[in-house]
Amino acid sequence: MDLVTISSNLLFVSFVAYLVATLFFGGAIKKSKTEKAYHNSKWGTIGLVITIIGFLSHLGYFITRWAASGHAPLSNMFEFTTAFGMMLVGAFIMLYIIYRTPSLGLFALPVAIIIISYATMFPTEVTPLIPALQSKWLFIHVITTVIGESILAISAIAGLVFLVKNIDLTKKSKSRFWIEAVMYTLVLVLGFVVSSTTFNVMNYEAEFTYIDKDQAPAEITYHIPPLFGMNEYEAMTPEKMTPWVELPPIINAQKLSSLVWSIAIGSVLYVLLRLIARKPLAAVFQPLAKKANSQLMDEIGYRAVLIGFPVFTLGALIFAMIWAHEAWSRFWGWDPKEVWALITWLFYAAFLHLRLSKGWEGKKSAWLAVIGFVIIMFNLIAVNLIIAGLHSYA
Amino acid sequence: MSKIKCQCGHENPYGTELCEKCGRPLSEKAKKSDIVDMRYEGSSRRSQTYKSSIVDKIWNFFSSVKIGVSIIAAVLIASAIGTIFPQKFYVPATTPEGYLEYYERLYGTVGKLYYELGFYDMYNSWWFKVLVGMLATSIIIASIDRVIPLYKSLKKQRTRRHPSFMKRQRIFGEGDVRNTKESLAKAEEKLKAMRYNVKTENGAILAEKNRFSRWGPYVNHVGLIIFISGVLLRGIPGFYVDEAMWLREGETRNIVGAPGYVLENKKFTLENYTKEEAEEVFGEALDKNGMIAKSYTTDVTLYKQDEGALPGSESLKKVKDYAINVNKPLKFDGYNVFQMDYKLDELKNMTFHLVNKSSEESLGEFTVNLSDPAKVYDLGNGSTVNMLGFYPDYDGIKDGEPYSKSPVPNNPAFIFQMNTPDKPEGEKSFVAIRQTLEVEENDYAIKFAAAETRNISGLTIRKDKTLYILLLGGLVFMIGVIQGMYWQHRRVWIQEDTEGHLLIAAHTNKNWFSLRKELDTLRETADLPAYIDRQDPELDKPEQEGDEEIWT
Repeated sequence: MDLVTISSNLLFVSFVAYLVATLFFGGAIKKSKTEKAYHNSKWGTIGLVITIIGFLSHLGYFITRWAASGHAPLSNMFEFTTAFGMMLVGAFIMLYIIYRTPSLGLFALPVAIIIISYATMFPTEVTPLIPALQSKWLFIHVITTVIGESILAISAIAGLVFLVKNIDLTKKSKSRFWIEAVMYTLVLVLGFVVSSTTFNVMNYEAEFTYIDKDQAPAEITYHIPPLFGMNEYEAMTPEKMTPWVELPPIINAQKLSSLVWSIAIGSVLYVLLRLIARKPLAAVFQPLAKKANSQLMDEIGYRAVLIGFPVFTLGALIFAMIWAHEAWSRFWGWDPKEVWALITWLFYAAFLHLRLSKGWEGKKSAWLAVIGFVIIMFNLIAVNLIIAGLHSYA
Repeated sequence: MSKIKCQCGHENPYGTELCEKCGRPLSEKAKKSDIVDMRYEGSSRRSQTYKSSIVDKIWNFFSSVKIGVSIIAAVLIASAIGTIFPQKFYVPATTPEGYLEYYERLYGTVGKLYYELGFYDMYNSWWFKVLVGMLATSIIIASIDRVIPLYKSLKKQRTRRHPSFMKRQRIFGEGDVRNTKESLAKAEEKLKAMRYNVKTENGAILAEKNRFSRWGPYVNHVGLIIFISGVLLRGIPGFYVDEAMWLREGETRNIVGAPGYVLENKKFTLENYTKEEAEEVFGEALDKNGMIAKSYTTDVTLYKQDEGALPGSESLKKVKDYAINVNKPLKFDGYNVFQMDYKLDELKNMTFHLVNKSSEESLGEFTVNLSDPAKVYDLGNGSTVNMLGFYPDYDGIKDGEPYSKSPVPNNPAFIFQMNTPDKPEGEKSFVAIRQTLEVEENDYAIKFAAAETRNISGLTIRKDKTLYILLLGGLVFMIGVIQGMYWQHRRVWIQEDTEGHLLIAAHTNKNWFSLRKELDTLRETADLPAYIDRQDPELDKPEQEGDEEIWT
């Protein structure tokens, strides 16, 4: 077995470990009758051990892939997102050891699993580094950013537990709507994974020629049935599906088709889940969140921001500026990815001020943490895929 | 304004909520509250006290966190809007009409609006700069408004606090213990072991830890201000140079923006990854993507002109040879020269034959240096070729004349006059790539023989004296956030009141759970009354059935 194969096997092992660990954290919550038992539950400890095994295996994936390619595996969407999942688990382990709260694990690990699945939808082959990325700063800047972002993400997960526990799901309210919207979004990511995997397994390919926004001819291959066609497209594989509509040149119809497929399949999944559960998904999870102490979840969420914010600043702004100056001759260039890192930073700065001076604790703080995670995800997904800039290596 | 005298005898500044010394609530608000607001120790802040004059109003405006957060939100939203469409500097246009055309063509009406509202150059717009300026002002004023009274108040705090202060703390407990003296002594010892600074005052303990973390926010604000001043300094000439130049292989030119320095481009190389070097690992990626660039390198020699030498004179002193790579700029005297761009295979020389059309016999060849073409080429056998016209970037005929759209030899065209012994008066011919035009039928023709090309390196020259200021700002900011966020300021008060009960109270600026854990450890050693956390009703349930599942 060569290193690349070993590496992907290790990633698979960690994926399975996180799944199993989730079940144990669930057990820890179900079995313990009191708060104290819940904190010291055997099930929770076993869950933690399995999580740590998964994390070590994940780390093994990272190291073997590094050894195989000769550069830190942080250079494209697959590698970055996988590392994000890994650090999310790492941050969870750290906070679990401080606070021992199985509920956090029950929400953090599934989110990590979704993130890793999402990552594997991108090209996974080992790619050599383009000149701009050949620098020691690739590792320093990206890993620090990933660690910072994943600690911040933990605050969103603590916020989620807090909200699922404390929102009254029996009455119609804005909060109930939005918490269910969060659940729905998570299911949509699963929809993306399911649709990509299905068409991948079917080996679906449809090729087109089209005219791009600079009026130059170009070619594109769809790996999903083309719902939308590129500007002035012509099918090279006419036996495949004919697009419903042709779109103007600034819209990437291939990505839009993929998005619509994800939403469609995700929505079907969501409806199925609702039919099975016969109640909102948030209500399904509510009993599992009920045992978490609200004050404690609030503190974990806040503490995660306090730990994550300086790390994020260092990685995503300071190291980023040093490297940008080295590679692109300027420390700041208002590239969309840079701007969104600044936006993330400004957002958490506002979060901290609101919390410190305006006393935004509890629900408000939890909602802010969830929004912060949405911004981080936006920068990871949308900015890379939609707003093209210097950072779009995927 | 008058001072407020507390019952304990201490004179507090006007506007104080809690006595700086003993903690007695002074304002009506503080007296009525169950849990006292400890954020700035109940000290007198200028913004909360003086509200009449215009200076007060400006001061109060900028010291408000609400305003500060609103400014942050405004910068955030403006920044986000700026990423919807590409900014001005990523758009291939130079004139206002060009920009308008670009945005309208690609993004329609919305694009036009984006341009007209000035969003296409968001980060250089005056109002974006005003927002950043307001943010800086807010940071300065809000910090001063808080840090000074906070400092004074923490400095003046007394060990023994008034019971009314203790009772208004979030964590509070009171009760009787078997031996008060012994409890206090043990608590003192244990708190010291837990790295608290402990002060005692007949029957009262004040244990304090990590007060320095309270200064974190102000330190990081200083860092931000240093950073912003660094950015401002870039506007001053001499602090900041940002130039670009194209340097052809073989060329030696003065470096734009760095007077006295000359750079020679010896060679530009573009290298791609090959399958041979890494088939096993990268094979799949190379198959999928085709070519992947491995390196862009410009081999250069840097020269310095001798001091006092006349410009243009040949008194160059070699400084060094260097290979400029992406991520490896050439550094000298505060300047950095970066590899930013390249063009491959620009025409350098073109060689032509002069041939007799009927016999196809060559009368000799000549080479045109496209960057410095000669007027006359003597072929040595009585034939000469005169260059009557040179159009480096030929783009058709305009107004009856050949037209060159740029001075770059992308598509060179010439008008030659061929003077031969047969036709001493000369024949004229227009020669372009794959095209020859003659006014009337000629006997002789110019035939293209060979061309020589060269690569061009696109280099950026930077000098940025503000970098160290920016770096310092970043460093101070990091120290500040770590200081403020990774440590917590904790205080524990234990005292015997006048009736002999023991009171315990504690305060932290964050992470109450961890503070409670410390108090629980303290209570294991010293016999102290039970406390409650008045903001966490879910906690502190008595031990109950089900606890036997504990597993440690």
